[in-house]
Amino acid sequence: MSTHRHFLSNCEAAPAARPQSTSSYFSFANKWSTVVLLISGLVAIGAFIWWLNIPFIEDIFTSSAITLTMVLGFQLYMGNSGILNWSYIGYAGIGAFASAIFSMEPAVKTMQIPTMYPFLIKLHLPFSLALIAGALTAMAVAALVAWPLMRLSDSVGAITQFALLIVFNVVLSQWSQVTNGPRTFTLGGLRYTTLWVALGVASVVLAAVFYFKESPVGLKLRATRDDRHAARSSGINLVSTRYIGYITSAFIGGLAGGLFSHYILSITAASFYLHDLFVILSMLVIGGSMSVSGAFFGTLLVTLARQGLRQVELGLTRSGFEASGATEIVLAILMIVFLIWRPNGITGGEELTWNSIRRRLKSFTGRKKQSAKSQQQED
Amino acid sequence: MNTDILIEFAINVLSMGSLYALIAMGLCFVFGICRLINFAHGEFITVSAYTLYYLGTFTNIPWPFVFLLVVIVGLVVGYLSELIAYRPFRGRSLDALLVTSFAISIILQRLFQLGISPRSRAVPVPAYFNMNVTLFGVITPLRNLLLVGTTVILLVVVMLIMKYTPLGIAMRGASEDFVTARLMGVPANLVISVAFIISGLLAGVVAVFWSARTGSVEPLMGATPLLIGFISIVIGGMHSLPGSVVGGYVYALIANLLSLTLPSTLLSFRDAIMFVIVISFLILKPEGLLRGSYQEERVG
Repeated sequence: MSTHRHFLSNCEAAPAARPQSTSSYFSFANKWSTVVLLISGLVAIGAFIWWLNIPFIEDIFTSSAITLTMVLGFQLYMGNSGILNWSYIGYAGIGAFASAIFSMEPAVKTMQIPTMYPFLIKLHLPFSLALIAGALTAMAVAALVAWPLMRLSDSVGAITQFALLIVFNVVLSQWSQVTNGPRTFTLGGLRYTTLWVALGVASVVLAAVFYFKESPVGLKLRATRDDRHAARSSGINLVSTRYIGYITSAFIGGLAGGLFSHYILSITAASFYLHDLFVILSMLVIGGSMSVSGAFFGTLLVTLARQGLRQVELGLTRSGFEASGATEIVLAILMIVFLIWRPNGITGGEELTWNSIRRRLKSFTGRKKQSAKSQQQED
Repeated sequence: MNTDILIEFAINVLSMGSLYALIAMGLCFVFGICRLINFAHGEFITVSAYTLYYLGTFTNIPWPFVFLLVVIVGLVVGYLSELIAYRPFRGRSLDALLVTSFAISIILQRLFQLGISPRSRAVPVPAYFNMNVTLFGVITPLRNLLLVGTTVILLVVVMLIMKYTPLGIAMRGASEDFVTARLMGVPANLVISVAFIISGLLAGVVAVFWSARTGSVEPLMGATPLLIGFISIVIGGMHSLPGSVVGGYVYALIANLLSLTLPSTLLSFRDAIMFVIVISFLILKPEGLLRGSYQEERVG
């Protein structure tokens, strides 16, 4: 109810013109400083790791940049619409297989997947186009199936998305003529997704997801999240707004999937199922699903935690304890703890901006001065 | 010859349907009251199945007591998970609850893998379970008949409890409108705990018959019954207990029909077809076969 009142009080206040901000340019710059900060952070880390030139660390960075792309697409729909989209990882799978089919040489395809439809074997595109074509395929599938699903909310909505994920998984893992069925799909080509490719795509996607959030459609979608009824009564078409968000998210998912398949070079349908969904979900929950910064920091933190825990796990296994899988337990517990005590994640649903950093710094130094003062007085 | 096939088909549908009905009812008890789709329900079944494995392999306790203990373990796990994991989320968003139950299911699976073994273990069952009997000229293992019998007894007992005892009436009230039921003096904690306890108990029963049929237990075995339960409650009607039971039998009927009629190239897509049916049910007939009193909201 409080949201209703809020909505109405805004209407009443409308005639008494809002205080026109004189520094609208600065508030605009402050808003977009999020993108600048996050991308420059990402590029700085990437460049440092490239300069270090240690293959092991480069691999970790590349795969986490791919994961970041995936989490950003997940955030785009879940964060703005407030609906948990179980089927998202399925679109990553579609993008992965489709872009691989587009990019592979016909000769390699006949050798690797003899059962493939002839017309698919003939297809061939350069990597960059194949990546986009794969993402468009995922988006097209989403566009075909999603319209009626957008009407459903709450538990029914969640179950339909979950059922859709299972349909995708079954089809991907059984359609021998396209995905090589339950067998591994080997790309047998160059590893196109290098550190800089993954970094570049992640940066562009980050800016795009932020732009989406601030765009009219994104604003409408956030309105439907906050109060469905108020949003409808102010003329927002819930179904079409959600639909646009959903297929955009599927596009980014497909893009991330394409990056993944050209990085890992052999994929199965099982790589795009509940386990991987759980990983990106934990990143988004721990970071804070409501903001783009949340997706960024969640990915960063969980990747670091997972790598650290994996080393511990390996150490334990080497010294005789069977500990494989302990990482997931820790992640799951962490996720539950966050959901109980900090449901909006470490970012609390806020974006990282110049102002937020300045405020943080000011309050930090202020506290320091104060404690120093009180110490002096005590002396 | 033809009647034989028909009778065999009927026995299959009835026995599998009974199992599915029990799974669906377990899910529906929790869903009806908390609006929570309990992803960890499959793991309740796994825990009970492991209990059966340990008690059956390493002890000489007589079988009836083993079954009793298995069911008690299921019941305790249901109650504990409510106490530890779901109570802190009371009143939070549905997605928070969903994510939690998903996380719990992952935790339990990994614990089984770590603590017991990632490989499957053979589950012992009493010899009379696999004894073949002839019914209307068709040979079938005795466990199928036991399963149907147990299910009928359980259904009658649950129905009587829900219909005539104060607790059952309170639970039905709570599943229709939780807030109003509380205003009328229904204790929330008790009702939710009982829902989880019954759900765990049913999971225990399912564990016995499920592992008797597959003959083994493994950490990830909970996934299949969970999916079956999903499909059944959606087909039958998510807000009605009788609906979930009907859904279980209808699922068995459809699954058996598809196995019989689908060409072998399409047989591997059976699950996909089942879930397409689920999605179309949710879109076209969201109240399921039997309409409950509560309705989901939809837009557009």
